[in-house]
Amino acid sequence: MAEIKFIRGYPEYMHELINIVNKTRMKRKDYDPPAMSKEEREEVLKLHPDYAPGGKRKISIGQNKGDRGPNEVVDLLEAYPLIEEGEIDLSKVDYDVDILIIGGGLAGTSAAIWANNQGLPPEKILLTNKLRHGDANSMMAEGGTQAADRPNDSPLIHFLDAMGGGHFANKPDVLKGLVEDAPLIMHWLSELGAMIDREENGEFTEKWGGGTCRRRMHACRDYTGLEELRVIRDEFRDRKISCLEYYPVIELLTDGEGRAAGAVLWNFETGDYKIVKAKATILATGGFGRLHIRGFPTTNHYGATCDGVVLAYRVGAKLRDVDTVQYHPTGAAFPPQIIGLLLTEKLRSMGAQPINKDGEAFVFPLEPRDVEASSFIRECYIREKGILTPTGMRGVWLDTPLIELKNGEGTIENAFPGMNRMFKRFDIDMAKDPVLVFPTLHYQNGGVETDPEGKTNIGGLFVAGEISGGVHGKNRLMGNSTLDCMVFGRRSGIYAAEYAKTVKRRGKLSLEHMKKYVNMLKKAGIKPERRAPILLPEYRGKAVLARMIDIF
Amino acid sequence: MKEKMSIMDRIAESNKSVITGIDEKDIEYWVTAYIMGKAYKVPAGLTIMQAMEFAGYRFVRSAGCRAGFCGACATVYRKAGDYKLQTAMACQTRVEDGMFLVQIPFAPGDKAVYDINKEEYNVGTLFKHYPELARCVSCNTCTKACPQDLEVMDYIQDAIKGDFKAVAKESFDCIQCGLCAIRCPAELVQYHIAQLARRMYGRYECQEPEHLKIRLKEIENGNYKEGWDKFLNASIKKLEKLYAERDRESD
Repeated sequence: MAEIKFIRGYPEYMHELINIVNKTRMKRKDYDPPAMSKEEREEVLKLHPDYAPGGKRKISIGQNKGDRGPNEVVDLLEAYPLIEEGEIDLSKVDYDVDILIIGGGLAGTSAAIWANNQGLPPEKILLTNKLRHGDANSMMAEGGTQAADRPNDSPLIHFLDAMGGGHFANKPDVLKGLVEDAPLIMHWLSELGAMIDREENGEFTEKWGGGTCRRRMHACRDYTGLEELRVIRDEFRDRKISCLEYYPVIELLTDGEGRAAGAVLWNFETGDYKIVKAKATILATGGFGRLHIRGFPTTNHYGATCDGVVLAYRVGAKLRDVDTVQYHPTGAAFPPQIIGLLLTEKLRSMGAQPINKDGEAFVFPLEPRDVEASSFIRECYIREKGILTPTGMRGVWLDTPLIELKNGEGTIENAFPGMNRMFKRFDIDMAKDPVLVFPTLHYQNGGVETDPEGKTNIGGLFVAGEISGGVHGKNRLMGNSTLDCMVFGRRSGIYAAEYAKTVKRRGKLSLEHMKKYVNMLKKAGIKPERRAPILLPEYRGKAVLARMIDIF
Repeated sequence: MKEKMSIMDRIAESNKSVITGIDEKDIEYWVTAYIMGKAYKVPAGLTIMQAMEFAGYRFVRSAGCRAGFCGACATVYRKAGDYKLQTAMACQTRVEDGMFLVQIPFAPGDKAVYDINKEEYNVGTLFKHYPELARCVSCNTCTKACPQDLEVMDYIQDAIKGDFKAVAKESFDCIQCGLCAIRCPAELVQYHIAQLARRMYGRYECQEPEHLKIRLKEIENGNYKEGWDKFLNASIKKLEKLYAERDRESD
């Protein structure tokens, strides 16, 4: 693109705007706008994609009939299965296991290890992945993991922070489990050999997270999820637990009496199916960022398509809080190659300020995510103080050079190697120039309703991680997602193992629930236009798609 | 019509190319890339991954996080007129005119199986599990292949010396894409060796923090029981009040 002149990664015209940010930096160094009052928060939240008019409708069938959800999610709940009854032979079982775990991110992988710890043999646990083992949002978690382990902190304070962040819609007993197990999880990670950032005296380095009143964010540079997951996955492999890759689940199976009893897997490459019979099933399929709710870009990995929620709903699992979506305030808005990708909240906890086009700090940098994101939308679309990018996006600056100013030169390279590397690939030096940000679809706050043991309302069906609903209420705090995955991965693994041990008599595998669901769809007058789970999003070029024909 | 659109519609409109695929009519500049030898005209400024999708390829393999963390999209390419065989992550690299591209869908690499609690913290452990370490010929091909720009050969040499700390630090940003191992003439699987070394370092070099030990004891002893009884029985109103009254630790 030699036609546009770029200087240090930005088109020429943007440098004039960058200079305005540079000019006010010293003045802002020791000043952050104050945190908003409850009333101010409520006002700005009206601009949040969750609360702005439109975008949602009522679910017309099933357990949560009448509840509202994002159109993109309801579309999938009101979609027909990928398979027809009678097309699948359930009499030949390919894998007969105690526990089937669906999804190999932090939650599913942790579940497998703890089920193994509980005495189940590795060959009786099966972990299946839609893509590779580890292709998960967990892998991309940058900021950290919360755990209240410092003397001036406590699980109770952690609980209050998360309650407030979740708008008091969290299930208290589930949240108690999350915060009370957090120190145990840090202990487990250390024992496995995860390299968690340390101070010179050997204590953990603990940083701020948005919406918290204590520093309790544990990080592994800005590769927290990568480090946690590759260590836990390595341990999983050491135990020789059975694992399948490129085998998405296309339908759950029941035992004819409404209990979960396994799943139909589909080989993504050869197209044939496999039948898994399991005493207990753990869904750990992650979130729905790739549905691009309300047309937002996303931080999520390629496979985050809401599959697990759809499958669980068909067997009758109850959902909660699916109406709330977390938009991370700081998604990349420039360069176009990385639009939507995550710029961790830790940047702000280490001093970076959001700045408008006039060089003003316009919001307290560490409001809860929904409030912070809404304030960016207000700055760009109401106050008209955003920065227009060459692709027509609007964003605000995140003044990253402030991090160096406040913490010393070289901080960015040390603390944010991943992000620094990403921008460098596109010739931008975030230690010298600010970066452009705009909210990006980050997290599914709700999901399949869980209890403190990872149980759902369906016998034998457990959930862990982002697919679950209840622990974060209507808005998750930074550092509570990786924690959620490991705490409830562990708990679901333990309790599913215990459950599996009690299962004696097992009925015949059945797709009866699917038949019933299809009848409900028909009765509600829903036409068979959509099918789900969708497995992967569609990004192919429009011109090619228009001329594609299916002949081989 | 712009002023009649809601804010949400305007946001969606500005994100369209990222969400629903690129419309040719919006594109001004084009390049030609050769995907497994076939020439495709693709918009300039896309990543290799986006360019392949634009051309009509739908990924099952070779796409994962799409953000540079997972190592799924390892790519090998040569440019016309250049002898160099280059490597990249398809999701993090701009497509360029004249690239001859192929992706590595899977990197075979044998991982040793161990019980981290039972290993001895010395160089012998690395050689026991990965004896091929001794075959490194210091050719630096691994370093040149690394899309994360890590000094792979250096950390392998550190591993040979048993310097766990150096291996751990130098290899920390590894995304395990497998390109080093694919290129290594000595047939090492560098990223598995580094994984073992990092876990050994994390397990044996870093002591459990004192604060954590104390907190674990407190929880085990039921120190918070009273607090939980109060919190779990509190009304939302009461919790809201407690939340509003929290003191914020000073910076």
